[in-house]
Amino acid sequence: MTTLHAEWTKVRTVPGTVWLLVGVVALTVAPGALAAGAMPSGGDPAKSALTGIVVGQAIVVILGVATVSGEYGTGMIRTTFTALPHRLEVLAAKALVVTGLVLAAGAVAVAGSVAAGEALLPGGLPFTGPVVRAAAGSVLYLGLIAVLSVGVAVLVRDAAAAVGLVLGLLYLTPIVATLVADPTWHDRLRTLSPMTAGLAIQSTVDVAAEPVAPWSGLGVLALWAAAALVTGAAALRLRDA
Amino acid sequence: MRHLIHAEWTKFRTVRGWVIGMLVAIPLTVLVGLLGPAGSQMSCAGPDGQPCENNVPPTGPGGEAVHDSFYFLHRTLTGDGTITARVATLTDAEPWSKAGVIVKRDTEVGSTYAAVLLTGGHGVRMQHDFTEDVAGPVSTSDHQWLRLTRDGNTLTGTTSPDGEHWATIGSVQLGGLGDAVQAGMFVSSPEHVEITRGFGSVDASGGPTMATATFDDVSVDGGWAGDWRGTEVGGESGMDTGHQESGGEFTITGHGDIAPIVPDQGSRGRTVENALIGVFAGLIAVLVVATLFVTSEHRRGLLRTSLAASPRRGQLFAAKAVVIGGVSFVTGVASAALAIPLVEQVEVAKGMFLFPASTWTEVRVVLGTGLLFAVGAVLALAVGMLLRRSAGTVTTVVVGVVLPYLLAVASVLPSGPAEWLTAVTPAAGFAVQQTVPEYPQVNASYTPADGYFPLSPGGGFAVLCAYAVAAVVLAVVALRRRDA
Repeated sequence: MTTLHAEWTKVRTVPGTVWLLVGVVALTVAPGALAAGAMPSGGDPAKSALTGIVVGQAIVVILGVATVSGEYGTGMIRTTFTALPHRLEVLAAKALVVTGLVLAAGAVAVAGSVAAGEALLPGGLPFTGPVVRAAAGSVLYLGLIAVLSVGVAVLVRDAAAAVGLVLGLLYLTPIVATLVADPTWHDRLRTLSPMTAGLAIQSTVDVAAEPVAPWSGLGVLALWAAAALVTGAAALRLRDA
Repeated sequence: MRHLIHAEWTKFRTVRGWVIGMLVAIPLTVLVGLLGPAGSQMSCAGPDGQPCENNVPPTGPGGEAVHDSFYFLHRTLTGDGTITARVATLTDAEPWSKAGVIVKRDTEVGSTYAAVLLTGGHGVRMQHDFTEDVAGPVSTSDHQWLRLTRDGNTLTGTTSPDGEHWATIGSVQLGGLGDAVQAGMFVSSPEHVEITRGFGSVDASGGPTMATATFDDVSVDGGWAGDWRGTEVGGESGMDTGHQESGGEFTITGHGDIAPIVPDQGSRGRTVENALIGVFAGLIAVLVVATLFVTSEHRRGLLRTSLAASPRRGQLFAAKAVVIGGVSFVTGVASAALAIPLVEQVEVAKGMFLFPASTWTEVRVVLGTGLLFAVGAVLALAVGMLLRRSAGTVTTVVVGVVLPYLLAVASVLPSGPAEWLTAVTPAAGFAVQQTVPEYPQVNASYTPADGYFPLSPGGGFAVLCAYAVAAVVLAVVALRRRDA
């Protein structure tokens, strides 16, 4: 509990946090609104309205990475571990605090995107089961991206390298997939890559066309996040701070 | 200035992580580039069951991949001469079905030609050597007189709505035209293409078509020899093409197309820029190193030492830009120069064909990739100087340079916003890698997802440079006015 409180105090008192959270909301809602306004006929309304998640997640990555790398950059991490020698507890507290903040900001961002979609989409955004799934899933998606970023940051330590690694992991696979002509490999790549798999949750119209089922896709991302966190935790225990 | 550059170079080369990061960009570009063809297996067989390797499309006089199949009713023309014909009707026509008169070196696929033709939906045109296309005068008449005059290697196309008032469309020089050429009338009709834009995907469906044209009032002048012979250029199409003559009126049914092949999604052909898809991965590595090159100075307080040693702050920034830009340029050139041959080798092994590109084009793409890395690195340096934070800088630059491209090619955006994104964001710079031009006379999907940037290579690169210059100006102003 003390650990959690300590981490919360750190996050709360860093001036950048609020702006980053505002950034998550703004960069999610604005592109989503633009995409919703430009949706082609026959498009997936939920997917269009929630396009901004692809942009907003970049700010989530900064938040996740900064909580860890910030401490390594300044040497604060040694003070932290002197005060709280249970390293895994510290890591868990960091992951919890960041994920909690991101889930809160994500909920606001998704609510804003849904509202913008309702206003701007030609047929509005009908409040059906799949749409609720897409909205709730998008919030969870952002939370998992935060966990993934924390895990990678613990492994890599350096902020620039960690951000580059996470953004590369997220953004490169969909680009490469456009050139993979074999449908089996194309789907395999999209099933294994954290971003395309995780965003399958946003599909509401032609769910069967996605390479992976909505919740399984989010599960793939969860596995990535868990793997990053576990590897990070192992490294944290074995290495000097 | 020289000692400043030397100092910055010493900083760069003595930080092991930065050197490794830069070097990693090269294999990263190659390996990610290999992922595309490695995950593709083309199974195909030609009409005689030959494998894809032998099924490479023909090339035209300019070396570009072309379609060259049509029904050709021809005689041998030796020396100068003229052919005039009236296209009385053109039926079952696609917009780019063609019927007209043509002078071609021989009936070999890909040989040089010039033609004056009537299209199904684009009026009268004069075309030559596959890539060149000039529109004729707009006419409301249903039938058109077409005339092609050969004078040495110069072919002049004229047209008339009534057979009396003639207008010249153009005069072209053909290289490699022998004394004796094949000339006559032809009909071609390309595949019917229906492009439906679904959600995040583009489906092209269609099938082969035939068009029929009747030519009357046919007259020739000059050294013509032999009888009219019908030939299916480009091999038997297996379709019901042919010709009939009755009382000086020729009815020709043809299939095929005389046009350059354009790459699109899912086609078997690969362009040079397809081999460079890994540049996105390499670029991220370069951007990370360029960011660290400046944010580390802030974090460690080294910037104060640097400024104490060289108080001219603008010069210090310039020296950093020269060093990181130069190193990134070399990295980019090496990445592209390795990735292109290695990835193309795998593509060919996987049964794809390569769109031919001239050596000059490949050199432009390789140097362009180097410049892309260099300007991207300077942009990251400037943003890093402004923001002073690694995480924020890397995110800003990656979101600015890579994400727009991703949204344009692999997302839910329709082609309008996709083109806008690849025109006004720093991602426009990837246009330096574009090697295939858009042909207005070929009906295809020309979107960023098909590999077509809205801006020219130079124009797109200028957009990226504009962002870099703006960031550098802001960074230098901030560096001068703020405390270090």
